[in-house]
Amino acid sequence: MLEQVLIAGFGGQGVLSTGQLLAHAGMIENKHVAWIPSYGPEMRGGTANCGVTISDHPISSPMVTEPTTLIVMTRPALEKFEKAVVPGGRILINSSLVEQDVKRDDVLALKIPANKIAEEIGNPKVANNVILGALIKLTGIVTIESVVESLKKVLPPRRHNMIPANQEALERGAQLAEKLS
Amino acid sequence: MSKILMKGNEAIGEGAIRAGCRYFFGYPITPQSELPHYLAKRMPEVGGVFLQAESEVSAINMVYGAAGAGMRVMTSSSSPGLSLMQEGISYLVGAELPCVIVNIMRGGPGLGNIAPAQGDYFQSTKGGGHGDYKLITLAPESVQEIIDLMAKAFDLADQYRNPVMLLGDGILGQMMEPVELGEIKEVKQADKPWAASGMKGRSNSNIINSLYINPEDCEKLNEKLFAKYAEITDKEQIWEEYQLDGAEIVLVAYGTAARICKSAVDKARAKGIKAGLIRPVTLWPFPAKVIAKIAQSVNCLLTVEMSMGQMVEDVRLAANGVCPVHFYGRSGGMVPEVAEVLAKIEELTAGGDRE
Amino acid sequence: MMKKIFTRPKALTDAAFHYCPGCTHGIIHRLVAEVIDELGAADNTVGVCPVGCAVFAYNYFNVDMFQASHGRAPAVATGIKRALPDRLVFTYQGDGDLASIGTAEIVHAAARGEKFTTIFVNNAVYGMTGGQMAPTTLLGQKTTTTPKGRDKDNNGYPVKVAEMLSTLDGAAYVARVSVHNPTHVNKAKKVIKKAFEVQIKGLGFALVEVLSSCPTNWGMAPNEALKWLEDNMIPFYPLGVYKEPAEVK
Repeated sequence: MLEQVLIAGFGGQGVLSTGQLLAHAGMIENKHVAWIPSYGPEMRGGTANCGVTISDHPISSPMVTEPTTLIVMTRPALEKFEKAVVPGGRILINSSLVEQDVKRDDVLALKIPANKIAEEIGNPKVANNVILGALIKLTGIVTIESVVESLKKVLPPRRHNMIPANQEALERGAQLAEKLS
Repeated sequence: MSKILMKGNEAIGEGAIRAGCRYFFGYPITPQSELPHYLAKRMPEVGGVFLQAESEVSAINMVYGAAGAGMRVMTSSSSPGLSLMQEGISYLVGAELPCVIVNIMRGGPGLGNIAPAQGDYFQSTKGGGHGDYKLITLAPESVQEIIDLMAKAFDLADQYRNPVMLLGDGILGQMMEPVELGEIKEVKQADKPWAASGMKGRSNSNIINSLYINPEDCEKLNEKLFAKYAEITDKEQIWEEYQLDGAEIVLVAYGTAARICKSAVDKARAKGIKAGLIRPVTLWPFPAKVIAKIAQSVNCLLTVEMSMGQMVEDVRLAANGVCPVHFYGRSGGMVPEVAEVLAKIEELTAGGDRE
Repeated sequence: MMKKIFTRPKALTDAAFHYCPGCTHGIIHRLVAEVIDELGAADNTVGVCPVGCAVFAYNYFNVDMFQASHGRAPAVATGIKRALPDRLVFTYQGDGDLASIGTAEIVHAAARGEKFTTIFVNNAVYGMTGGQMAPTTLLGQKTTTTPKGRDKDNNGYPVKVAEMLSTLDGAAYVARVSVHNPTHVNKAKKVIKKAFEVQIKGLGFALVEVLSSCPTNWGMAPNEALKWLEDNMIPFYPLGVYKEPAEVK
């Protein structure tokens, strides 16, 4: 198993921390993981992205230039990275923020109204985990339990009250992915 | 012991602390800033000193002071900052002071950019500052290897009384990977009877100095340094061999470029191309022994760098004309893609067997 | 019964100074060494010498010494003092070293309140490299790079180091003295001692600017040079204590 996930959006959308959460979950399952932030001229600019590699084998190149899954939070991110996804790969779109459709027909494209679902849960901050839940359902790279376990590790104790809402977001995303795919 | 997820830059800091380093002097520059951020928090926890200097010039001279006082000390910067430090590094070598200098390279020349690059290979391995000298240069490829090499870096510096460079690129600094930190061990540090730390009953004063006004004496210093360098060249070459079994084309790459090459080698092997990789871990001393040996059995070597081609010159010297040495590189902050390297491998192996 | 009333300070080695006849570096070295002796600190002192005429000072001070690159002595001393806070640390620097190439280092060491002592020897000229204009060369003063005299329009104005550094909060003690006659030599010693006591008390950065003569590069006999210092340098570089903490007053 080798999954290379590219998460792309704007700074402030939690792109980098969502990637770290995924990498952390992979690590506690004893998989090989690597996380690379968007790195280059846009490091302090508006756009933000990160690549997460999760594998059963030692990771040679940690660069995510040909993602198996692309998660997009903004229209420019979709336009920029749509072509990079490997044939047969997946593109998960936060359709609360991006109206455009995927043009390719050789990838699985899922539109997930993550912000809408997060609002239904009652916490707009958990939108990214709705998408993460969908990714987990589609790929099986980690389990939702490992992500929840990771949240306990990466969140400071005073934020642990956020964990139930995050868990719900992950599960709602997984359910949606099962329904859509 | 469980693994933790850590950025390369943070791992350099933690590795240094675990190696007994208690003094850090540095000046902010991207893309190494997470390292001073980390040590600003961590050093006070272990009773150490973190000090933000007014410039890289000052930082390296603070290193000179603390190293001459007998302490394990480190500084870090990125390419333009290293250019500023070169005079100080030359003085450190001349005074035979141990220390560790980190360069998380970025695109150049000039102000360049903050993207990852390997354009400072020459500067790191060929001297860099004025005069006749070498730096032991270590090039990790992963966050775990950073942790492992930091202890080695400080030990080598003390053993040979020479600065050691830890050379990485922006990706290595920014990347997060799981690391096994292991137990915190008591670090046994070498005695430094030469340190200028107050005479404290000694009858002769210790002098930290690189001034040898008499040319005969200065030549003796150079000969002493180069006797040391001959020993280092003989004993300290480190490299990794990857997929060399029956290899017909062997790539040579270090750091992040080596990680990319490993993927390219895997893909080439999957296509039936007998490709392999030698990854120098010490850039100086350059692992010439293994390159000379492998040159005998392959059709060609392919050096891949995030530069216009610097290490390739050492590969050519080591191969010594026994086999062709090709080059592929991207520069200015661009990173070679696996597909590009694979295409180069395919191009070079399309011609069939060695003539 | 004979009584020894004058001897070489223990903090000086037996090496003969290489300084030119009439140069006041030797006097200043001696004052620093006498102060180290009086403080009983020779065993616990680390000095840093500059690039300039005093580059060989490590041969003269019988304490552990560093030779620093040009202008960087305050950074080196910072590294030493941070590593060994209980040692007495001093830098000994000339005007080119401290007030030209090393301005960043001295300003920031002072601003940080680094707890070491700087002896700043101002003789208004580059000595070792051949009498070129220094940052402290007076307007109109002839040097090998200002053959018609320092011209404000071309070379700008001399730097008043003691005044400048005394504006910094981290500088605890800043004074300017001269060594052009025995009275002032004695005064200079008291001030230098105070600058070391400020360090021992941990009060912050201490600097003593010492007006010094350079007969060779000024092209004067030693006695003429001392007179020139008194008549020309002191009016421009007023002597006195610019900053003094209450603890040592």
